[in-house]
Amino acid sequence: MDLFHNLAIGFATAAQPTNLLYAFFGCLLGTLIGVLPGLGPLATIAMLLPITYALQPDAALIMLAGIYYGAQYGGSTTAIVVNLPGESSSVVTTIDGYQMAKQGRAGVALATAAIGSFFAGCVATLALAALAGPLTATALLFGPKEFFALMILGLILASVLSSGPFIEGIGMVVLGMLLSLVGTDLNSGSQRFAFGIPQLFDGLDFVPLAMGIFGFAEIVKNLEQDDKLSLVTQKITNLFPTREDFRRMVPAMLRGTALGTLLGVLPGGGAVLSSFASYTLEKKLSRHPEQFGKGAIEGVAGPESANNAGAQTSFIPLLTLGVPSNVVMALMVGAMNIHNIHPGPEVMTKNPTLFWGLIASMWVGNLMLLILNLPLVGLWVKLLTIPYRYLFPAIMVFCSIGVYSINSGTFEVYEAAVFCVFGYALIKLQLPAAPLLLGLVLGPAIEENFRRAMVLSRGDATALLTSPISAGLLAAAVVAILLIMLPTIRARREEALQE
Amino acid sequence: MRGLAIRNHRAFASGALFLAFAIFFFVTALQYPAGTAAKMGPGYFPRLLAIVLAAIGLVVMFGAMKPAADRQTLRKWDLKGLAWITGSVVLFGALLFPLGLVGALFVLIVVSSRASSEFTWIGALTNAAVLIVLCLAVFVYGLGLPLPVWPSLLN
Repeated sequence: MDLFHNLAIGFATAAQPTNLLYAFFGCLLGTLIGVLPGLGPLATIAMLLPITYALQPDAALIMLAGIYYGAQYGGSTTAIVVNLPGESSSVVTTIDGYQMAKQGRAGVALATAAIGSFFAGCVATLALAALAGPLTATALLFGPKEFFALMILGLILASVLSSGPFIEGIGMVVLGMLLSLVGTDLNSGSQRFAFGIPQLFDGLDFVPLAMGIFGFAEIVKNLEQDDKLSLVTQKITNLFPTREDFRRMVPAMLRGTALGTLLGVLPGGGAVLSSFASYTLEKKLSRHPEQFGKGAIEGVAGPESANNAGAQTSFIPLLTLGVPSNVVMALMVGAMNIHNIHPGPEVMTKNPTLFWGLIASMWVGNLMLLILNLPLVGLWVKLLTIPYRYLFPAIMVFCSIGVYSINSGTFEVYEAAVFCVFGYALIKLQLPAAPLLLGLVLGPAIEENFRRAMVLSRGDATALLTSPISAGLLAAAVVAILLIMLPTIRARREEALQE
Repeated sequence: MRGLAIRNHRAFASGALFLAFAIFFFVTALQYPAGTAAKMGPGYFPRLLAIVLAAIGLVVMFGAMKPAADRQTLRKWDLKGLAWITGSVVLFGALLFPLGLVGALFVLIVVSSRASSEFTWIGALTNAAVLIVLCLAVFVYGLGLPLPVWPSLLN
């Protein structure tokens, strides 16, 4: 079968000793940074990007994927041990995970998260491998109209799922798209919004912008709040769930995995949505809903499986269609572009070893996390005792060197400084930054496809509605907007997305 | 319309920010030829987006003045913290070539450390020493990134 043949190619790449080593380092570093409170996967990947500059493309991608999973898992550890989500997808884990830790069951909660994540990772890897072929084939049938409609749908869904009022999310998307127009217009070759600054001719770089907003500005915000961490200090001894724990966690894991795998594929979906949906589902189905919030193991097993499955399947739209479904994936685009890989249907056909190697290494990464995390839990917990006043300068250093290394130029450093101020303004105005970054990444492709579609239809915008695929995608976007305007759904969304 | 007052100051400022960006992009885009819908010039799409953003900005601003709008105030800025952090990044950029990586990192770490309310000189200097050694080991010797390590005068 094709699937197994492809996976075999992938594992042959992923199992090369050097690639295994990079996957290992990726997971290790990702967990190391991801465990630190307030540093989500996005900041972690941004910080560790420079480490991958010097590597071969496939090794770099494998390492980045490892960093991503490590950061995800590190976030869960922080959520359980100190009741502080390292990233938004582990917000729900804090609810029951921390309660378990307070009852002296931190070890069991951590093991549950690790086992659930591993299981979900295995299933999601298979789903990814199985769906990649058909989806890529579909993508090759897409013309400019369809791509345009698909990206519009993705952006609308991403704004629907971001916190805060929907209209402000859309505003951030459009602003991001406008920022993406800075630089050379590929069709006419003329400069737009560059004001004669040569460094802007290639456009605004994604990485300095992301580091300014999610690295530097976030530090200013964290320094303002004088939170004391409530670390569960007792030694973590017992890691193994009891028979009763297993009986309760396995169904939750299965449901979480299924939910996460499905929701991760959705544009705008991914880890965050999956974990929230899973928690709600578990609470609804449980015979003991009153235990939720008081240390129910299902409340850890379900969401942790779901967020890992979602994190993994959110690679599907990126790798097959070239459309990043969330900000982390958008940053992956930035990282791939540095290595001259342009995600989309061509990657699989032109570069099969890279493509399947990446997929196989996702599974390898999940396995490593399982092996790495349980024995090292004690070390991760120690890291949490480092005071923030020593940590944040380290983050500053990594980000600054990373930004400089993109082009070996200081212009990007200043760019990051400007976006630090801008990002701080966004925090104060409670405007979501994620839709801005998605708009920034998708902007050029949207303009390109829009222009091509209009050339083909001789300027007739209704042509966008004549193709069944693009009409369907645009209709879905309109339905999403209409749904969110309904008062009941609006109230539900606010409840679910508030932090 | 009487009694129209801003109830949600946060949303009003957000809408105004959108509107300001929209106007800036629209006015700048006027220099670029728009072309027609069938043959778009470089100015067409930016103008279209700027109009959409302006509309969104106005909707958000009016929404903040509706009698049913939430009452929200603007949050205070921690200008000192922002200045220490942003300033340290700018200094890093400015000093990297004249002072080299070691000097620029030292300035970056010490200046940014000042942003913390728990700043101590001993803590910041120790942290600087540890981080500089770590960076040299990882980035310069480990990964071989092309970074100017020492002041440019010495080269």
